[in-house]
Order: sequence, then C-alpha cells, then structure tokens
Amino acid sequence: MSNTPFSDGIQAGRLDSAELAENFGDLHPRFDDHEALVAADRCYFCHDAPCMTACPTEIDIPLFIRQIATGTPEAAAKTIFDQNILGGMCARVCPTETLCEQVCVRETAEGNPVEIGRLQRYATDKLVDAGLHPFGRADSTGKKVAVVGAGPAGLSAAHRLAMHGHDVTVYDARAKAGGLNEFGIAAYKSVESFAEREVEWLLKIGGITVETGKKLGDGLSLDGLKAEFDAVFLGIGLGGVNALGVDGEGKDGVDDAVDFIAELRQADDLSKMAIGRDVVVIGGGMTAVDAAVQAKLLGALNVSLVYRRGKDRMNASEFEQDLAASKGVRIITNASPKAVIGNGAVREIEFEYTDNDLKPTGQTIRLAADQVFKAIGQTLEGEGLPALEWGKIKVDDNGRTSVEGIWAGGDCATGGDDLTVTAVAEGRDAAEDIHAKLSA
Amino acid sequence: MANLESEFVGIKSPNPFWLASAPPTDKEYNVRRAFEAGWGGVVWKTLGAEGPPVVNVNGPRYGAIHGADRRLLGLNNIELITDRPLEVNLEEMTRVKRDYPDHALIASVMVPCEEDEWKRILPMIAETGCDGFELNFGCPHGMAERGMGSAVGQVPDYIEMVSRWCKEATDLPVIVKLTPNITNILYPAEAALRGGADAVSLINTINSITSVNLDVMSPEPMIDGKGTHGGYCGPAVKPIALNMVAEIARNPETAKLPISGIGGVTTWRDAAEFMALGAGNVQVCTAAMTYGFKIVQEMISGLSQWMDEKGYTSTADFVGMATPNVTDWQYLNLNHVTKAVINQDDCIKCGRCYAACEDTSHQAIEMSEDRVFTVKDDECVACNLCVNVCPVENCITMRTLEPGEMDERTNTPVEAEYGNWTAHPNNPMSTAAE
Ligand SMILES: Cc1cc2nc3c(=O)[nH]c(=O)nc-3n(C[C@H](O)[C@H](O)[C@H](O)COP(=O)(O)OP(=O)(O)OC[C@H]3O[C@@H](n4cnc5c(N)ncnc54)[C@H](O)[C@@H]3O)c2cc1C
Ligand SMILES: Cc1cc2nc3c(=O)[nH]c(=O)nc-3n(C[C@H](O)[C@H](O)[C@H](O)COP(=O)(O)O)c2cc1C
Ligand code: SF4
Ligand code: SF4
Ligand code: SF4
Repeated sequence: MSNTPFSDGIQAGRLDSAELAENFGDLHPRFDDHEALVAADRCYFCHDAPCMTACPTEIDIPLFIRQIATGTPEAAAKTIFDQNILGGMCARVCPTETLCEQVCVRETAEGNPVEIGRLQRYATDKLVDAGLHPFGRADSTGKKVAVVGAGPAGLSAAHRLAMHGHDVTVYDARAKAGGLNEFGIAAYKSVESFAEREVEWLLKIGGITVETGKKLGDGLSLDGLKAEFDAVFLGIGLGGVNALGVDGEGKDGVDDAVDFIAELRQADDLSKMAIGRDVVVIGGGMTAVDAAVQAKLLGALNVSLVYRRGKDRMNASEFEQDLAASKGVRIITNASPKAVIGNGAVREIEFEYTDNDLKPTGQTIRLAADQVFKAIGQTLEGEGLPALEWGKIKVDDNGRTSVEGIWAGGDCATGGDDLTVTAVAEGRDAAEDIHAKLSA
Repeated sequence: MANLESEFVGIKSPNPFWLASAPPTDKEYNVRRAFEAGWGGVVWKTLGAEGPPVVNVNGPRYGAIHGADRRLLGLNNIELITDRPLEVNLEEMTRVKRDYPDHALIASVMVPCEEDEWKRILPMIAETGCDGFELNFGCPHGMAERGMGSAVGQVPDYIEMVSRWCKEATDLPVIVKLTPNITNILYPAEAALRGGADAVSLINTINSITSVNLDVMSPEPMIDGKGTHGGYCGPAVKPIALNMVAEIARNPETAKLPISGIGGVTTWRDAAEFMALGAGNVQVCTAAMTYGFKIVQEMISGLSQWMDEKGYTSTADFVGMATPNVTDWQYLNLNHVTKAVINQDDCIKCGRCYAACEDTSHQAIEMSEDRVFTVKDDECVACNLCVNVCPVENCITMRTLEPGEMDERTNTPVEAEYGNWTAHPNNPMSTAAE
C-alpha cells in the first residue's frame, strides 16, 4: 500500500486498514448496561407522550424506556417490535433529531432530549443478538401474498402478513434482501453486517419465502402476480437516479452517489475501495452527506458537498450537516453545477452561485475534481405500475393503489418522508389492511 | 463568617458535625483523619465488655437501595459493635483525645444489662479523657439477640435503670441513643430523662430487609444462602428521624432534653433541618461511608453561608426555631385555602400532573388538544400531588386565596379567621359554640 490521501486520481488504499477500521466504526456505540439505566432514568414517562406521536411507527416510547429502567430490556424490545419490526435498524438510522427526540419534553426543557434512539438500540440488540424472535404465526389462512421489494417496506409488510397466518413470497431484483438497509445506509450506522443479521432474524417468524434476483418487469409481471396471489404489495423503492443535465456529465469519474455507496457497503475490504483525491458531491440530502462523509473516511484529501440552495433548505438534518463538517467535508451552498470539465475524465467542475430562488448571479467557481458524485434525488422506475401522483405510486391511507388487490408503501409510494421508519410504518399498515381484506 | 462552634451538654466542639458511632469511628487511624478533615467530634464505635471481642460475619454486611445512577439512598447493615479488644480501643482513644483536646470524643458503650458491668466499665473508659458517654440502646440486630442494644432500648424501664446506674458511675455527660424500632419514641425518651440522662441521640438504625435475591430466594445481604434483617440508615431514613426528633422536642416533658440528631444527614441542609426541629447537633454515618470524610467541608461551608444569609451568628440562634410550628393535625387551619397554579412559561408539557390528578386524585387538571395544562379551580382540593410529580421545580405553585375570595370548589368565600377541626361543624366532638 503506497497510496496516501495526496495520491493523484482515483486510488484505493489511501489509508491503512487500522485507520479505515477506526473511521468506519460504530457512529453511536451501543450503551452498556449502566449507561442505559442512567439514560432511561431521564425519561419522565410522559402522559400521551409527544415522542410517541412523533414516531412514524408510534412505538410506546415511555413504556419501553421504563422497561429498560426496571431491568427488562427484553420486554422493552418486544414493545418496540410490536410496532416496528425493524426497530433495530431504525434505532441506528432514524434522524431522531427531527423525529422523537426533537419533541421530547426534555429537549423543550433543556435542549437535551432523552436518547431514545440509543435506548432503542440497547433494547433491540438484546433480542437480535441473542437470536430470540418474540413473535409466532397465527393459524394458516391458506392465503398467499406477494411482496415485491425486500426493503424496509416490503420486509415489514411480509412479517406482519406472516404473523397473521398468510404465506408470503418476497421478490427482490437484487441478489440480497434488505433494500437500502443493505445497499444505502451509511456504513458507520450499520456495522457488523447488522442489515443482514436483522433480515435473518426477521425471517425467523416463518412463512416467508425470499426470492432474490427476481425483478418486476423482467420475468415477473404484475398481472402474473395478481393471478397467482391473493394480494400484492409493492415496496420497490426508488431505483432511478436524477441526472444533472449539464455538459460533460458523461465523463469518466462522474458517478451516481447511490452506486458508490452500494459498492462501499458490499466491499469486503475497504482498502480495495478506490476514491478520488478531490471529490465533489452534488446534492443536499442524506445521500449526498453519506457519500461525502464516506469519501472522506476512505481517505480522499478534499471533499466538497455542493448544494444549489441555502443551508436551511438542505434535506439533510442539522445533525447530518454537522457530522459532515466534523469529518472535514466542506459544505458549499447556493451553487448550481454548470459544466464538467476534463479531457475524457473529469478534472474540474464549474458552479454558478445562485440566490435562494435559484436565480443565477453570474458568478462562478471551479473546484478541482477527479471524482464527482451525483446525489440529486432518486426516481421511481418501472412500467405498467398502478396510477402515479408526483412521480410516485398513488396510495390511500391504507396503502391501496388504483388497482384492486395491489397495495404499495415505502419510498415508491406517496405519503410520508423517504425514511426507513416511514417505510416500515407503511408496510405494516398496508399488511393490516390486506389482512382485513383477506379475512373479510 | 458565622461561628459554628458548638456546645452540647457542656461538650465543646469546633462545629456541630459529629461522626456517629460506626465504622468511620472504629479506630485511631480513622478518627485522626476525620478530625483533620474537619469533623467537630466523634462518637467512638461502640465498646463492649472486656474479654474476647465479638466477631462479625465474614460475608457481606451491607445491603443498599439505589436511586438513579446508583446514588445510594439507603444502607442496611448487620455489623456488630467493635470487634477489636477493649484495651486497644482505650489506648487509641487516649492518644487521640490527648492530640485533639478541642474536639469532642464520646465513648459509645454497650454491655449486658447488669449493674456492676456498667458501673465497672464507665470509670475505666473515662480514663481515656473522653468527653462523655453514649449508651447504645439501639443496635437492632445481633446484639439485640443477646439481650443488648435495642432489646434494652425497647423497654423503657431498662433504659431508665441503666441510665441511672451510669449517672451514678460517672460525672461525665451521659447520652442515651434511642432505637426507632418502637411504637412511640416518647416512652424511651421520657425513660432516659427519668433515669437522669443528660441527652438523647436518635435515631439508630431501623429494622429492615433491603432486597430479596430472586434467584436464590434469600434476603440480601446474603451469607451462604441466608440473610437476616439489618439496620437501615442513610438519606431514606431522614424523614422518620426528623419526626422522632420533633416529637421529643415538642413534648412538654422532654422539651428541655438535649437531642443529638442522627439519621440520613447528608448535607448542611439536612443538618440545619434537624437543628431547626430541636437537635443541638447532628451525627453522621452513612454520608461519610458513602463519600468519605471530606463531605464535612461542604456541611461547614453550607451551614455557615446559610447562617450568614439569615443573620444567625451561632447555632444556638436557630436550634428549635421550627419546633413551635410542629402541631397536631387537628390544629391546622382549615380556612387556609390554596389552589395549584401552573406557570405556562415553565411547563414542558410532560403531562405528569394530568396523569396524577386525573387517574389518582381529583380530576382537577385539564389537558387541551395542543397539550396546554391548566388547573380547574372548581375541582382542585390543593393536595399538592401535581407539585410533587412535576419534573420542573416551581413550575406548579400553590396560590393562597385571599380572605373573601371565592373558593370555586366549595362555592364559599374564604374566611379570614383561623378555624380548625376542633371547632368544625362536621366534627361530632366539636367544641365550638353553636
Ligand atoms: C444513501 C442513502 C442513505 C439513507 N440514509 C437514511 C438514514 O440514515 N435514515 C433513514 O431513515 N433513511 C435513510 N435513507 C432512506 C431510506 O433508506 C429509505 O427511505 C428506505 O430504505 C425506503 O424503503 P423501501 O422499502 O421503500 O425501499 P428500498 O429500501 O429502496 O427497497 C426497495 C427494494 O425493492 C427492490 N426493487 C426495486 N425495484 C424492483 C423491481 N422492479 N423488482 C423487484 N425488486 C425491486 C430493490 O432491490 C430494493 O431491495 C437513505 C437513503 C439513501 C439512498
Ligand atoms: C455499618 C454500621 C455500623 C453501625 N454501628 C453502630 C454502633 O456500633 N453503635 C451505634 O450506636 N450505632 C451504630 N450504627 C448506627 C449509626 O451510628 C447511625 O445511628 C445510623 O447509621 C443513622 O445515621 P446515618 O443515616 O447518618 O447513617 C451503625 C451504622 C452502620 C451503617
Ligand atoms: S417525551 Fe421524552 S421524557 Fe417524555 S416520554 Fe418521550 S422520551 Fe420520555
Ligand atoms: S393540587 Fe391536587 S387536586 Fe389540585 S390540581 Fe394539583 S393534584 Fe389536582
Ligand atoms: S407536570 Fe409540570 S411540566 Fe409536566 S405538564 Fe404538568 S405542569 Fe407542565
């Protein structure tokens, strides 16, 4: 390994494996028993707790925290999983600072909320690590349900359906289940193959068959599924990526951030993962932050995150922005990409400053770049889907689409934010509606 | 700075903070370090008769109750009196008293309930130069099974008898240490007074089992699978001790009997409270066992700061000042009407007051759609529960209604005059003029 952060071009092995291991360690390490007791003791056990209302899956937060405080984290985990079967992943990836912890009364009172996310992780890890699955299946109903997409929405729906006694087949285009938990979430949020372990643990309920490498639109058709199954749930996420639409976008070194992240998440050896010396990430959401931070952690010398509007308009939460800044990512706002410059491969990228209404100011800057990641939004892909609205599958509160017998949820469907926890809630609720329909 | 010098039954000490008879005072090494750290006096760990000393268990002696973050709230012990030979203790006491003439050194004593035993040992101990005696009639475990400690302290006649023997045997002050494991603290206190004791000290520890090991099914602390009740002390026992001190201080018979206050004293404020209720000084055990001798520095600085703020120049200025305000329920003013008021600026909307009042009290708090909590004056009985469960200090306060103001709950105007149960129309024994 002779490369360093200063080496020119896109290179692997800029850092040694000890540095990489340190960089990609757990972002928020799990509480030990005593830390958990102290953190749990801060909860006031609020009446009609605001945190619970703010949680998209409505976990009974005061109850599970009290169960931790009284030395029964296993019972706490059950309380969490009752509402959110991916409570383990959510504990790691939820932007709690904009959900439950934002409205915690102790945040209101002292600007220092009860650490709900980390307590949730403490409790859920107890059961998942022990391989204990606290749910069983109801008597078989003889009904069959197809779930397309093994991301958070699909897995949550599948689990709830299996619990109610239906037989579920989950199809996913990728070689591995998990969706963005497996291919998208930043590596330091889900260490030690948690996504994979969680799927394994979830499937212990039984009654769920996962078929990977099966893509809707390529071998699988909605009509075929409808004919074969009593109900269909679509949780296919957003597979497409928005283009920049500027000159030179096709040059070598200009890549989609989600592909970079997926490759990184699947890498067995991070020292073999190549990264540029001067990396520019375009976008202002979680994907942009994750790509920028992980580029920096791989050893890129300079990483800039460039967003076309003001800081307050960034989709990434303040916590995420601060995380990026603390890792040494330079955040540039109010700058819109104009051209990718270079001979075959990118060398520089030009931006024009804009005001908050995106009106160009005429002023430009150029950033050195041997690698550019585009993170300006994902889009729904696929033909012959139920009716769309705003580019997503239109659903009602129960996840019903325009087509009888087809439900949808998660990122691919309207309603809610594009978050893991929202996908879980929508998958669960659609499953309840499917169950009600099938038992009618 | 306020003068903390204290005089208790003629015994002078630089401050009113004494270490109670217990492990902190069990040997010369400890006591020297305690005096260096600032303690005003010590009651030496209880001495027993000559001959082979008692033996302690060789397993755990303590059990504990913890609050958040393992803060020690209550401690329970099954230790006996000193397990070191009498001669060794006496030699050490002599050396310590010689080197610290201005500090108080009291000898705690427990021997079998026989006249010559007591009369023989007190003069022997007096030769150490100690300033007085404390008779340990309180130890509730082990020693009590052998007819000593609380076995004596629970029988007023014995207390009176032993106190008399001791007063006959020595000119030094005799303090009788009382056990709280009785029905009415006045009986032993009056007995001590009748026997001629110069003072009482209280409380010793309370019979207790701190917890049960649910795997082994044995009380804790557990020794080879079995446990026994121990003596409870520490912050948790303070309310019980305060009440017993107040009962003795306000009882006409014992009102003049000096009291050394013991039980859960952990901060300067605890000490001030004991003294306000009538204790001339305080003794501390668990707080020192939890944090070490250094805590006395906070007690000294805190008490003198508070005394300066209040303009008290000596501890005698405020000792017993709260005693006249301890009364019986029947004399409380029933015409004093208050209502809970929630300060909306301080309220963090946790809803605890609502849950408490709605589920367990008087349904007097209203919760709006947007989580604004307000008190319904027509339902509030002023019980104070909401104040106690609210996590924000002073967010809920009790407002006193002015005379003439309407109490919306009873639909009657507040009366200006004091009126208590003894004269209340609902009281069948009412002494009020019709
Ligand atoms: C880089 C990145 C970081 C993120 N970080 C966070 C975070 O920190 N916290 C957070 O809450 N959210 C985060 N999110 C958002 C979160 O990952 C998503 O909201 C969530 O995964 C949506 O779940 P889903 O089940 O709807 O879709 P996905 O997770 O996208 O799963 C969809 C699944 O469907 C499969 N599929 C797609 N098309 C087909 C087809 N035609 N046939 C069969 N299978 C198909 C896919 O292979 C995939 O497995 C992040 C997203 C990205 C991209
Ligand atoms: C371990 C231990 C041993 C004790 N031994 C004695 C003793 O020998 N003689 C005695 O009079 N009191 C003894 N006590 C009681 C204390 O002196 C004191 O009365 C009691 O602990 C209450 O005070 P505190 O709450 O400050 O601890 C002992 C207490 C403890 C914790
Ligand atoms: S809002 Fe905060 S304090 Fe209240 S129940 Fe939720 S976590 Fe506990
Ligand atoms: S004082 Fe008692 S009755 Fe009044 S509001 Fe508070 S809890 Fe309810
Ligand atoms: S308990 Fe206190 S802080 Fe909580 S809602 Fe009631 S008044 Fe507000």
